Amino acid sequence: MTALAALWANPDFQFVFWTLVKIFVILNGMLGIVSYMIYAERKIAGHMQARVGPNRVGPLGLLQPIADVAKLFFKEEFIPSGANLVIFHLAPVLAVVPALVSLSVVPMGPNFLVTDLNVGLLLFLAMSSLGVYSITLAGWSSNNKYALLGGLRSAAQMISYELAMGLSTIGVLLLAGSLSMVDIVAAQAGAWHLGPIPIPRWFVFVQPVAFATFMITAFAETNRAPFDLPEAEAELVAGFHTEYSSMKFGLFFLGEFANVITICSIAVTLFLGGWNGPWLPDSLKFLWFFAKLGVLLFFFIWVRWTYPRLRYDQLMHFGWKVLLPVALANIVVTAAGAWWIANR
Amino acid sequence: MTPYLFAGFAAVLVVSALLTILHKSPVVSALFLVLAFCSLAGIYLLLGAEFVGMVQVIVYAGAIMVLFLFVIMYLNLQHDVESGVQIALRRGLGWLIGAVLAAEALVLFAHRWAPGPMATEGAPAAAGNTQAIGLALYSRYLFPFEITSMILLVAMVGVIVAGKARRGGEGHS
Repeated sequence: MTALAALWANPDFQFVFWTLVKIFVILNGMLGIVSYMIYAERKIAGHMQARVGPNRVGPLGLLQPIADVAKLFFKEEFIPSGANLVIFHLAPVLAVVPALVSLSVVPMGPNFLVTDLNVGLLLFLAMSSLGVYSITLAGWSSNNKYALLGGLRSAAQMISYELAMGLSTIGVLLLAGSLSMVDIVAAQAGAWHLGPIPIPRWFVFVQPVAFATFMITAFAETNRAPFDLPEAEAELVAGFHTEYSSMKFGLFFLGEFANVITICSIAVTLFLGGWNGPWLPDSLKFLWFFAKLGVLLFFFIWVRWTYPRLRYDQLMHFGWKVLLPVALANIVVTAAGAWWIANR
Repeated sequence: MTPYLFAGFAAVLVVSALLTILHKSPVVSALFLVLAFCSLAGIYLLLGAEFVGMVQVIVYAGAIMVLFLFVIMYLNLQHDVESGVQIALRRGLGWLIGAVLAAEALVLFAHRWAPGPMATEGAPAAAGNTQAIGLALYSRYLFPFEITSMILLVAMVGVIVAGKARRGGEGHS
């Protein structure tokens, strides 16, 4: 007992323990959101196509995610001959981990975050750049030409759009003057008063171009329609995950939705004021964060079922010749504006 | 806690660096190099150099190694395609460079190696060292910084020109 008490008194142990508790809470909350986002996606897609969507399992089909996951667990596991076994097993894991790591720096409420890094935004960019590996490696290790093509496409696509994404965040950094997510949220507190109408100090109002660029690159980084070239069904069977089955396919699925949630959380933090909002007391401010997150998630689903897929050359043309110059021009204009205001 | 973390990162770094040069499959070698970069980033973090650590992951692990992997997969190297003479030549060169490096290391360690804690330059902690790096780059080291960016620009233009010239030679598609 005394040994346990001594261990508990150790500040290092307390730090590790509480961090693990926070990670546990956020991880499981995330998994819950993912499973119900899949349900929402199917339901919304159904209504957009004048169907009803899943409605058999439980009331309104609300137990559908549980049935889906149970089905995935009991499916036959298939590994193609000639596959590189270690890499074949590693790729689905790499699809999920970077998205979860990025969530650790997102402040979801005034005291509701895992850690406040002073390079939080760079951590997110680093993790999103590591996300390429899972798809590329999955495509290569499957020993299947469609998978390989999907993997190569995704590598080219994600590298191209990463640049525009990184550049689009610089406008926010210039205004907030910090790389820490907590400071960026704090910089968006309060409101401007346009006569009697209060306008929240969210960066989306001063950086609309950066917000648009960020959201477009977010679609490309998460391989969602209209940028889901790596898994274009019509030409590549299922792209990089053609040979994956059972829970390994499930991990890719989870990874895609986890990435969407992470990138929307980052967008909320950078552009939509994070947990800032009126009326609620500090302890309930996290509800604002989740409300904004819900709106952005709905937007992702809405776009997916509205726009057709781009052609590959259009995708590259758009990324390099439209988004990148726009993001660069935005930095120049923002820097000039910030300098002018500072020296007025 | 820091010494244990350092031991962990350092062990992963050394093992993955060794496997990078010892593993037979080029793709696996490249992956171990990525792991080495990530553990090096961990050591940078322990030293309080957050910016360098993150940029290490973004630039080396996230961009450069992806391109390497891309090329290796595209070539689909199964085994060495070079003839015996080339391999022998490369082995000789490798031993020569290794010997030079080992000699340099010996000279360096003979002078500077001392047991006990090293005197560390205090990293600016409170505001984070991102700001410090930015200030240094854009004031004291502005000229080298601009020269570097010019060199990179020239390299970029050169690659595009080289690529265009070859396509023109084969007939426009």
